[in-house]
Amino acid sequence: MSHDKTMTLTLHVWRQKGPKEPGKFETYEAKEVSPDQSFLEMLDEVNEDLIKAGKDPIAFDHDCREGICGMCSQVINGAPHGGMERTTVCQLHMRMFKDGDTIYIEPWRARAFPIVKDLVVDRGALDKIIQAGGYTSAHTGGVADGNAILVPKEVADYAMDAAECIGCGACVAGCPNGSAMLFTSAKVSQLAVLPQGEAEAARRVCAMTEELKAQGFGNCTNHYECQASCPKGIDVKFIAKLNREYLKALCK
Amino acid sequence: MQLLTSSVGRKVLMAITGQLMVLFVIIHMLGNSSIFIPGGINAYAEHLHALPPLVWGFRLVMLVAVAIHILFGVQLSLENRAANAETYAVKNLKRATLGSQSMLYTGLLLLAFIGYHLLQFTIRVTPDIVAGVDAQGRFDVFAMVTNSFSHGIIAFVYIAAMVVLFLHLSHGIQSFFQTMGWNNNKTLPVIGKIGTVAAVVLLLGYASIPLFIVSGILKG
Repeated sequence: MSHDKTMTLTLHVWRQKGPKEPGKFETYEAKEVSPDQSFLEMLDEVNEDLIKAGKDPIAFDHDCREGICGMCSQVINGAPHGGMERTTVCQLHMRMFKDGDTIYIEPWRARAFPIVKDLVVDRGALDKIIQAGGYTSAHTGGVADGNAILVPKEVADYAMDAAECIGCGACVAGCPNGSAMLFTSAKVSQLAVLPQGEAEAARRVCAMTEELKAQGFGNCTNHYECQASCPKGIDVKFIAKLNREYLKALCK
Repeated sequence: MQLLTSSVGRKVLMAITGQLMVLFVIIHMLGNSSIFIPGGINAYAEHLHALPPLVWGFRLVMLVAVAIHILFGVQLSLENRAANAETYAVKNLKRATLGSQSMLYTGLLLLAFIGYHLLQFTIRVTPDIVAGVDAQGRFDVFAMVTNSFSHGIIAFVYIAAMVVLFLHLSHGIQSFFQTMGWNNNKTLPVIGKIGTVAAVVLLLGYASIPLFIVSGILKG
């Protein structure tokens, strides 16, 4: 346990009762914040005070709190997940802030992500993109032997880098166009390079990008904000790969 | 037809037509630079216009490219705005550049400039135009250009337009490679630099002519 002094912070939090309700910023003071707390723990304490005062606590998404589930979703001072490289909100620690700091906390904002309440948005549109083709349709029966299909190390690594995506939606939140191209490209790339996924690569890339459009996501214009926002550091090289796969699919 | 409606398809068409225009501005700049050789630009214009099929073929391709680029550029921008209508109270962009964020505006400004530029030096109806012939009886492009750019305001508008072109291309050139899929994490920073350098070279190449004229180094 460190014995650093605690901090007092001013929070401007987006409060919105429901999807159709108008939202606005409410100001709260977070007192006695330990630098060892995570951002979500700091919010938990603010919520405890709100509950004690008989007020509605701030609704926010969270689950594993170890940076792997992709549930926590807050834009902190204009940056998805707070803007620390490869860090989710739950892994963002209060030592990154100074006593007296003012922090703006907003939900993911994109047409495809309607606000459910406060900082909680509905990210179901990402599931629809996966449902459109983010899988292999082969019936595999039981679990196959580990090395029944040999995959070269570089290919496996490439697929694993793409598979690191946790589907949190930070790429959409950070994108000036509200596009989910990085998310889509990660799945397209992961499956396109593996022998199990290659056979359906052409159908997949077309179906998934069509669904992306249908769900109301914007188009990619290569700002690369997505990569900077991604808590897993998914590279925009996968968007180039998606574009290649798309052009290949057009020839089929 | 998927190419004309899909997210990636339209982006590819934007990239290809944009790149055709980049090739055009490179050729145009090389042609313009003949102004620094005595009698060069008049000879260049004479030879070029002696080949009407080439000139009109080029113009037709450029017209189609410009039309597609603008049509999809505006359409995609409107869609992107609709997809991200609610903006954040605090903005903290990390990778987006002034160029990448202003593509629609710089594009529309360039369209306005192209209109003015064609009225000026191609259709030659702006009041500053001196349309004469040189000693060899060729149309005197040199006198026309030096006269027009000797007006400070005309030189300024032209240079300002070239700065806008620089901004547009500082994003556009590298963006082409990403959109065509000719990119990965190793090539991305290199291509980004090449794009910026190419945009700077074009800016200097184009802006040098009015600068040399307005400063009196290149005299009519």
